[in-house]
Amino acid sequence: MPQIAQIADTLSGQVFWLLVFFGLTFAFVGLGMVPKIMGTVDLRDQQIAGDLAAAQAARDAADSEEEAWRKRENANRASSQAVIAEAKANAAAASAAKLAEAQGRLDTQLAEAEAGIAAARSSALAEIEGVAADAARDIVARVAGAEVELAAAQAAVKEVMAHG
Amino acid sequence: MAAEEGKVDPMKQFTIEPLFGSDWQLADGINIAFTNSALWMAVTAVLVTLFVAGGMRRQLVPGRWQMAVETMTGFIDDLLEANIGKAGRKYVPYIFTLFMFILFGNLLGLVPVGLIPGVHAFTFTSHFTVTGVLAIMSFSIVLIVGFVKHGFHFFSLFVPKDTPFLMAVFIAPIELVSFMVRPFSLALRLFVAMMAGHVLLKVLASFVIAGGGAGPALGALVGVPSFILMVAISALEILVAGIQAYVFALLTSLYINDAENLH
Repeated sequence: MPQIAQIADTLSGQVFWLLVFFGLTFAFVGLGMVPKIMGTVDLRDQQIAGDLAAAQAARDAADSEEEAWRKRENANRASSQAVIAEAKANAAAASAAKLAEAQGRLDTQLAEAEAGIAAARSSALAEIEGVAADAARDIVARVAGAEVELAAAQAAVKEVMAHG
Repeated sequence: MAAEEGKVDPMKQFTIEPLFGSDWQLADGINIAFTNSALWMAVTAVLVTLFVAGGMRRQLVPGRWQMAVETMTGFIDDLLEANIGKAGRKYVPYIFTLFMFILFGNLLGLVPVGLIPGVHAFTFTSHFTVTGVLAIMSFSIVLIVGFVKHGFHFFSLFVPKDTPFLMAVFIAPIELVSFMVRPFSLALRLFVAMMAGHVLLKVLASFVIAGGGAGPALGALVGVPSFILMVAISALEILVAGIQAYVFALLTSLYINDAENLH
């Protein structure tokens, strides 16, 4: 077993070189690099924690913003509903007024037309009386050879027409 | 004839050989010749430094290498945090260096550099002189921290909480012995685990060579199963290399916890 057989010759060298190389590693790596690496890790952990907190804050802000937006939106919707209802009422009133006006105009036109018709009828009747009287005088003159007074013919026509 | 060539000494791999002359004297009688063991320690130190230096880019979004290094430091940090608490953070540099040094030393001993002619792998963690020094360092930290932090009150470590006086009389010596045995168990555990694995691999390798040399029948009967076993045990040894480094770091942190927090 060389570990025991050589111990007298090699002990001092083994201890010396181990202390040298372990010491160098400890100085350069353990004391020099490891704290920096752990510092990097800590820095990253802090950054991640900070980012997470910022994200949470942003999320909360977005939530409250959305809540406010929802309230505003509901109010807007209600007010626009009111505007629509008012406009509907206005339009209904306006169309009712317009209908009433048109109705009145139509009524007067109808009345005028009816009056016109009545006038036309009475004038036509008068004309028929005149024509009938003339016709009656001619007929009397031809048949009886008698000359009838215009007034008498008219009276006779009127009497006949009145009896139907 | 073949058996003669296939003669493998499973212990030869642990031999320490001076590389550049064998009489470097630090002082009178203290020989510090640069050996193959020292060379592999140097390789380990360089590789650990390179590995960790590759993770020094300090990017916010880490690359693969940086991620690997940060995983290792985070692993040791978590280990110390779990065993010692917040006060464990100041031991991360030492425990991390210890863990990486042992881990790389263990793994380098398993790298098949022997395929290159003239190069021989050497596992310095299979020498109790090395593991002993590492254990004594850890134990010294425990003693220094314990006595600096608690003074003579540190001796109360040997009396478990709420022990009746009569029991304490008997328990304290047992606790003292178990405390004093710690550096030995720490050193021997690593040394034995590494040595046993390497010896086993070498023994099986000698079976493969001897079996192959004794003809096709014996080669198939002995050599092939031995080779398959070697492959499996090599995988196991990689696991053991990691586990032993972890155990060393874990036990050191547990011992430091005793010094830091007493009970």
